[in-house]
Amino acid sequence: MPLLEVRDLVVEFPTRRGVLRALDHVSFAIEAGEVLGVVGESGAGKSLTGAAIIGLLDPPGRIAGGEIRLQGERIDKLPPEKLRRIRGRRIGTIFQDPLTTLNPLYTVGRQLVETIQTHLGLSDAAARKRAIAWLEEVGIPGASQRIDAYPHAFSGGMRQRVVIALALCAEPMLVIADEPTTALDVSVQAQIISLLKRLTRDHGTAVMLVTHDMGVIAETSDRVAVMYAGRVAEIGPVAAVIGTPAHPYTEGLMGSIPSLEQRVARLRQIDGAMPRLDAIPAGCAFNPRCPRVFDRCRSERPELMAAGTTQAACWLHAGVATNV
Amino acid sequence: MSEALAPAAIVVTTAPMLELAGVTHVFDVSRPWLQRTLAREPRRTLRAVDDLSFSIPRGTTLSLVGESGCGKSTVARLSVGLMEPARGTIRFEGEPLSTARAQPALRRRMNMIFQDPYASLNPRWRVRDIVAEPIRTFGLAHGSAVQERVDALLTQVGLAPQDGEKFPHAFSGGQRQRVSIARALSSAPEFLVCDEPTSALDVSVQAQILNLMKDLQQRLGLTYLFISHNLAVVRHMSDQLGVMYLGRIVEMGPADAIFAAPRHPYTRLLLDALPDLAHPGRSRTSVGGEVPNPIRPPSGCTFHPRCKLANARCRAERPEQIAAEGVLVACHAIEEGRAS
Repeated sequence: MPLLEVRDLVVEFPTRRGVLRALDHVSFAIEAGEVLGVVGESGAGKSLTGAAIIGLLDPPGRIAGGEIRLQGERIDKLPPEKLRRIRGRRIGTIFQDPLTTLNPLYTVGRQLVETIQTHLGLSDAAARKRAIAWLEEVGIPGASQRIDAYPHAFSGGMRQRVVIALALCAEPMLVIADEPTTALDVSVQAQIISLLKRLTRDHGTAVMLVTHDMGVIAETSDRVAVMYAGRVAEIGPVAAVIGTPAHPYTEGLMGSIPSLEQRVARLRQIDGAMPRLDAIPAGCAFNPRCPRVFDRCRSERPELMAAGTTQAACWLHAGVATNV
Repeated sequence: MSEALAPAAIVVTTAPMLELAGVTHVFDVSRPWLQRTLAREPRRTLRAVDDLSFSIPRGTTLSLVGESGCGKSTVARLSVGLMEPARGTIRFEGEPLSTARAQPALRRRMNMIFQDPYASLNPRWRVRDIVAEPIRTFGLAHGSAVQERVDALLTQVGLAPQDGEKFPHAFSGGQRQRVSIARALSSAPEFLVCDEPTSALDVSVQAQILNLMKDLQQRLGLTYLFISHNLAVVRHMSDQLGVMYLGRIVEMGPADAIFAAPRHPYTRLLLDALPDLAHPGRSRTSVGGEVPNPIRPPSGCTFHPRCKLANARCRAERPEQIAAEGVLVACHAIEEGRAS
C-alpha cells in the first residue's frame, strides 16, 4: 500500500462564467520514504495538487471528484478538525516564501514549541529542548540563543531552514514542499536542497516536491510527474523522464532549458503557451503545440499509458509495447 | 583545458558601444535625521557598485551575473543613465553618458527591457500606444507611418498587428515580454540593457524570448548588456561575462573561457551550486554562508568569509584585478598561485 494515493482527483472553481476545471483526473502515488517531484509551468496545477491533498484549497475551489488516501485512509472527505490533526502531524508543509510562512510576531522558538506540543504533547521544557535540537539539526548556528529571535533577524536561507524544522518537527510521514528554494539564491538553494535531502532520508520521510525547476527535481527526486494543463502528462523514474522523455511536452520542456555543458545557437522552443482553463482544447490538451500531433490527438483524450520505462498520456504510445 | 584558450583582449574595438571606467555608486541608507541624531549614529552608506570598469564592443553581449544584492541592477540603471554614478565615467559611443542623454539622436539609441512584464507596461494603455510612445517622442514617424511601424514591430517580435488593439492584461507573461521588447526596439536602438528579462517566465517561454533576442541581435546588430542570476541563461547569451560579488567584479572575460575554466573561488561556487541535469541524483557541492549585508561588507576581499582559500592577506587587503590568459580575476590566492 502506498503512503499517499491520489486517484482521479478533480478540482473545480465555480465562476460566474461557468465551472473551471483546474485539475482533471490527476492520479499518482507516493511510497513511504520516496521523493516524488512534481514539475510543470505556472498554471499547470502542481501547487493546487499539493493544496488539495492537505485540504487547503482556497474557496471557491473544491474537490469535485476522485479520492486521496493517506495510508489507505481517505482524507479528502474529512471534517476540518480531523484534517487539521493530519496537517503538521502526518503531513508537513514547506512553502516558497519563508517570510510569509513564519509569524513575524512570535519568536521562532515559540512557533516550533507550539507545533511540537500540539502534535506530540510534550512538556514545556521537553518541547523547548526538542526545538533547539531541531534548529541545530537544520544548521542554525548558536541554536540555543537564536531560538528566542524573531524571524526578521534571520537571513532568507536561515529562515527557510527554520521552516524546514517547523515542517519536520512533528515527524510527519510526508512533506509537501511547494517551491522550497525558488525565493533563494543559487548558492543558498544548494544548501537547502541538500539539507532537505539529508533530513528526509534520515527520518524516512516521503516528499512531494513541487517546483518548476527541472534541475532541483533532477538531483532530489526518485520519480517525477510532469503536469500540463491540470493533468499528468508523464510520470516515471527521474532518469528516464529526463534522459528519454516519452511525452512530446516533456521533450520540449527539457530541450528549452539552456545548458551549461554545451552552447547551442538556438534553444529548442515549444511555440505558443499553455491554454487557459476556460479554453482547454478537445482531445489532448497539448495538441495545438505538439510537433507530432495527428488526428486522434485532436478528438480523443489520452490517459496515462506505458511508454518504455515511464508512463505518458500520449497517443504515440498507444498499442506500442516499447517506444523509447 | 585552459591552455587551449587564446589570450583574447578584454577591450576590443576602438569605439566600444558602452564603456565604464572606475564607476562607483553609493546609496545613502541612513535613518531619518531626527532618529539619527537622537541615536547619535553617523550616516550609513551602501556601496552598491564599487570601482567597476568594462566595455562592450558593438554587436556583442556582455553579461553580468551574481546573486541578489551584488549590484547588477544598479549597473543596469547606471548604464542607461537612469542614475548618475558617484564616481567614474560612463561613455556611450565615446561620448560621456550625460552628454549623450541630452541629445535625442543619441538617447534613442539606447533602451531597456525590464524584468517584470506585469509592472513595466502601463495597464491603461493599449499595446499600440505603448509601442508607439517612443516613436512619437523621438519624432521617428508621423501620421499613419506610426501605425505601420508599430505593426511591423509587433510582427517582428512574433505578435500579430491586431494585438496592438488589446490592453496588457490580455496577454500572458511571455507575450507581455514580447511587447516590452517591441517597445524597446521602437526607437530603433543599437544598445539594449536587459535586466533579468526572462526570470519571471517559465522555461519554455524563456526559450522563446531568448531565441527572439538572439535573432534580433543578429538581424539588427544589437549590443546587449545582459543582467541575470541564471548562469545557464548567461552561458547561452554572452560573448563576455562579468561575475559580480558585493558590488565588485571578481572575474571578467570571454564567456567561453570562464565557463571552460572558472578561476575565482566565487565563480566556481556559483557553477558548482547549479543542479546538474545530465547526472540526475548527483548532489551539489554545498557551500556555506550567504551573501553578507552590503552595508557592512567584510574587510579585505569581501568573499573571504565564504572562501576556502582565504588567509590573513585576504582578510586584510582588497585584491585588485589581475589578467590571467585573457581573463581578469581579483583574487590573492590566484595571484599567489595558491588556487589549485
